[in-house]
Amino acid sequence: MRNIIAFPLLGLAVILQSSVISQINLISGYADLPLILLAAWALQERVNSSWHWAVTVCLMLGFVSALPWLVVVLGYLGVVFAAQMLQKRIWQAPLLAMFSVIFIGTLYMHVLSFVVLRISGTALLFRDVMSLITLPSLLLNMLFSIPIYTFIRDLAGWVYPTEEYE
Amino acid sequence: MNSRSLQTTIIFLVVGGVLALSLGGFFGSASKQVSSALIEIQTWFSARFIGLQDFMTAPRDIVSLRTRNTELEAQVSQLQAQVIELQQRVNETETLAALVNFSRSNPESTYRAAAVIGRDPSPFLHYIIINRGSNDDIRRGMPVVTNQGLVGRIDAVIADAARVQLITDPASAVNVYLQNAETNAVAIGSVTGDVFLDMISQNIVVESGDLILTSGLGGGYPSDLIIGQVVTLRSLEYELFQQATVQLAVDFSSLDIVLVITNFRSVDITPLEPLPSP
Repeated sequence: MRNIIAFPLLGLAVILQSSVISQINLISGYADLPLILLAAWALQERVNSSWHWAVTVCLMLGFVSALPWLVVVLGYLGVVFAAQMLQKRIWQAPLLAMFSVIFIGTLYMHVLSFVVLRISGTALLFRDVMSLITLPSLLLNMLFSIPIYTFIRDLAGWVYPTEEYE
Repeated sequence: MNSRSLQTTIIFLVVGGVLALSLGGFFGSASKQVSSALIEIQTWFSARFIGLQDFMTAPRDIVSLRTRNTELEAQVSQLQAQVIELQQRVNETETLAALVNFSRSNPESTYRAAAVIGRDPSPFLHYIIINRGSNDDIRRGMPVVTNQGLVGRIDAVIADAARVQLITDPASAVNVYLQNAETNAVAIGSVTGDVFLDMISQNIVVESGDLILTSGLGGGYPSDLIIGQVVTLRSLEYELFQQATVQLAVDFSSLDIVLVITNFRSVDITPLEPLPSP
């Protein structure tokens, strides 16, 4: 039942992304708050609702953003998939796993956006995209990932409390 | 009367007489010296007493001063917040006044003001979200302007909000007219938010500072909306067209309030475009 926190939390994340984070630029890039939240949530050990969260984010962002639906759906579901794969392999170093997922997820999301936008006719240069958008966004995502991971870890503890045995 | 009381009476009379004479000014400089010495002694005692009194009552004053200081600091913070709020209102009023002037000076169009409430979550796209939608008769394709010039056009609409594609978006292409050079070109956006001109014929002379207006060709935008000025021109012999960089008239980093031109309907000319031959 506590999983219902996903709706206000992700809604707030999308609103913050649109109204605040998108104005905190580093060159032409900015952080992706929903991506960081999803990655941090999917990396939590006891969490089994990360796919639900990803679908919720896709619905919300697909509604707000002008990005093609394909990019949003494939992008965020791919991030959750990568997080779950890494969580099983490097579960003993959660922050390392978080940084790895953010790194892979950001690159994957941006390459996907670039390819789909190029196919749809938008004039983008790969070199410009990498240097002006992707690398600054990657740095900001890494910076934001530490506090967000801590917050999400506490939230996961609240949503999925540890069972106590007598 | 015994001798002791007589002695006391005499002493009182002598002292009283001396005082009466001195107050009457009969002793002159001697009286002054005595009185000044007395005043100095009194001043010395008074100063020491006030110092001692301050020292004794100081802790109580510090507590009351600190309380008062806290109250005043809270008051200052409150007033500063009020000043910031009022400053914001002044800025908003100035912006609105400029927009009203713009709409008055362009009476051929009807406008609806809207506040910018967000931007596209993706850094690849340059879109804004405004707080007016289909409930306010906003439709897809309507141009969006400020008093400075063209901002973009409505891309998607819901009941109480709309998404605007800015002219700085990499997918945006606006047909424009160079006023001094008297030629047409296309203004194209980029990922950096800069706009450059393309499709300028090689035989056209374009100078820095040339004013760029919408041409109205293609039916996407009304004509004569200001976009900016030419900054530099790039002309290479082996290319078909010249290109130019643009200094935009609108400051896209601080868009707060925009105007939607509601009496303009964009024309979809896609059916008229020739199909590619097989």
